[in-house]
Amino acid sequence: MSLRTLILSGILAATTALPAFAQTEIQWWHAMTGANNEVVDTLAKEFNDSQKDYKIVPVFKGTYPETLNAGIAAFRAKQTPGIIQVFDVGTGVMMGAEGAVKPVAEVLEAAGQTFDKSQYLPGIVAYYSKPDGTMLSFPYNSSSPILYYNKDIFEKAGLDTANPPKTWQEVFEAARKIKSSGAANCGYTSTWLTWIHLENFAAWNNVPYGTEENGLAGTDVKLELNAPIYVEHFKDLAELAKEGVFRYGGRTSEAKQLFLSGECGILTESSGGLGDVVKSGINYGIGQLPYDANAEGAPQNTIPGGASLWVFGGKSDEEYKGIGEFFKFLSRTDIQQQLHEKSGYLPVTMAAYEATKKSGFYDKNPGRETPITQMMGKEPTANSKGVRLPNLPQIRDIENEQFEALLAGKQDAQTTMDNIVRLGNEAIAEVQ
Amino acid sequence: MDGRTPFAGTALQKAVFPNKLLPYLLLAPQVAITIVFFYWPASQALYQSMLKEDPFGLKSQFVGLRNFAQVLGDPDYLNSVKVTIVFSVSTAVLAMALALFLATAAEKVVRGKGFYRTMLIWPYAVAPAVAGLLWLFMFNPSMGTFAYLLRSAGYRWNPLLDGDQAMLLVVVAAAWKQISYNFLFFVAALQSVPRSLIEAAAIDGASSTKRFWTIVFPLIAPTTFFLLVVNTVYAFFDTFGIIDAVTGGGPAQATQTLVYKVYNDGFVNLDLGGSAAQSVILMAIVIALTAVQFRYVEKRVHYA
Repeated sequence: MSLRTLILSGILAATTALPAFAQTEIQWWHAMTGANNEVVDTLAKEFNDSQKDYKIVPVFKGTYPETLNAGIAAFRAKQTPGIIQVFDVGTGVMMGAEGAVKPVAEVLEAAGQTFDKSQYLPGIVAYYSKPDGTMLSFPYNSSSPILYYNKDIFEKAGLDTANPPKTWQEVFEAARKIKSSGAANCGYTSTWLTWIHLENFAAWNNVPYGTEENGLAGTDVKLELNAPIYVEHFKDLAELAKEGVFRYGGRTSEAKQLFLSGECGILTESSGGLGDVVKSGINYGIGQLPYDANAEGAPQNTIPGGASLWVFGGKSDEEYKGIGEFFKFLSRTDIQQQLHEKSGYLPVTMAAYEATKKSGFYDKNPGRETPITQMMGKEPTANSKGVRLPNLPQIRDIENEQFEALLAGKQDAQTTMDNIVRLGNEAIAEVQ
Repeated sequence: MDGRTPFAGTALQKAVFPNKLLPYLLLAPQVAITIVFFYWPASQALYQSMLKEDPFGLKSQFVGLRNFAQVLGDPDYLNSVKVTIVFSVSTAVLAMALALFLATAAEKVVRGKGFYRTMLIWPYAVAPAVAGLLWLFMFNPSMGTFAYLLRSAGYRWNPLLDGDQAMLLVVVAAAWKQISYNFLFFVAALQSVPRSLIEAAAIDGASSTKRFWTIVFPLIAPTTFFLLVVNTVYAFFDTFGIIDAVTGGGPAQATQTLVYKVYNDGFVNLDLGGSAAQSVILMAIVIALTAVQFRYVEKRVHYA
């Protein structure tokens, strides 16, 4: 083939590749794998089939941090997608990028709907809103941490299989019994120590994580993680680790494996991890996230994890209209109900929650309502709306490193929490 | 070997180009590649290292050398330097010692020499991240077979919390991958050692250990030195995949090498200025290492 025919055919291919009619294409960058990826594709397909003006194109961009980085790089290169999925800890990063993003409330209005806050689950909306109440991103997949326990191991250890432990003190006691009775090699393990044992620990026990309502009221945050309640909690945890009762699995969700293999009897994990627990076929039970028996007013409410959908700024009105239509589609009761029952994510709207309740789904699947009730049980306080820092990923890194040093027996709990506060505050001051 | 070394003095012919433009044209592709893939990103890194910027680049501020001062004054960075040295030296020594042992053993094999060599060269084709995962699957405390065996034997194996064990794991994984490469060079070096010398020593009654240390080892020293530099550079810069897959730099920064820290600070913590400053420092280290290699290694490798 000569060079000229090559060029000609290239031009031909480029021109014919253009869509035959004016359909607005909207890219949706996401980080969902496996079954959750299928849910994303199904949703996009259903939306695309339901109308013909807009086309949602899902693009898998890797892990959560990788997807966020892809979005940042795209913004710098002025090649942004319409919608990007950003994980909970990236929320502060996105909020700091004023001008780069368009609040979801405005996008919904562009699609000709009025944004009514009361339709959405308050705990979730509060987390993804500005202090003045404007919802900034669309909560796509929200989860909350719960307690899983292995009923066979409980039985062997002589524990009550119908009533899982409610407080941390009870959990630790049960874990010791599992180990000492020989029912399992390890009593208790947990995924995401930073999310479960700090961020949710603070909200659930109604104690501050940091000043400025944990960062929701302002960015000049000072951490308050070296208060006695945290120090005591981690002292207990370190002690259990030393006895071999508590087993550390890693910084993210690696510890789930220890529970699924029957190595550990109790696990605290995201409600989003339910699918794997069901699949493993173990005889499991679900309980509320434990709280500290000494905390006044506990349990308060848990805070959502997971991810939300952000919309980039600088797009055409037509695109915003399409994105708005898509969010309207995602908010539909039947869609939300389907998403909730299939994936284990929490429903975003009140109507979907009520509908699921009415359908008898929770009666058939006990425990599936737990993550919602513990998040919605009480009106959130200044301590329990969530944690938002412009560099929360970095703060979590610092926390994880300190925990590892603590659990390896290199330093005591007081030093650990003091280090977290000192290093964390330095890192926060750096990004002011 | 005899005097047929390719660069032996007068044998080199001076090439003359009649056309003045031609040499530049021939060089152009290489120069273009160097500019696009080295000078341009390097200058960007240099520029970025003097800025303080939010991740999206909405607000940026020129801060001069402040990022460098911060990086060099950071105890975590100094810890990372220490980790890198321990990791690199251990990896290089382990990879070379094992390769040399295997190469001398392969020399003694009479039948199936080719088969042994092929088998030993294979791991080199494995990508670093894959090599890392391979070792992770064997030794991960939650699911690894060997981890289970170690624990059953009563050994407290937990690289998730024990920094020394984590370091051991990444060193072994990194060294394992590099053994093949070293093996190839050592086999070649061993073949160039004159048979007659070894036979003469054998006739004089020197044991095989003595023959190795007094004749073979000194004669392959230039190769050893060359490999030392190559292995150090490998451990410094090509082991990111292994560390990312096996330990992610943890626990408590015990395996956070300089290269891993650049990635972590830049892409996880989104501190682009600090990360760029670190990569500029790394660039200086590479340049220094390359200079050392050219000045000493290249000179001493042609000893025949």
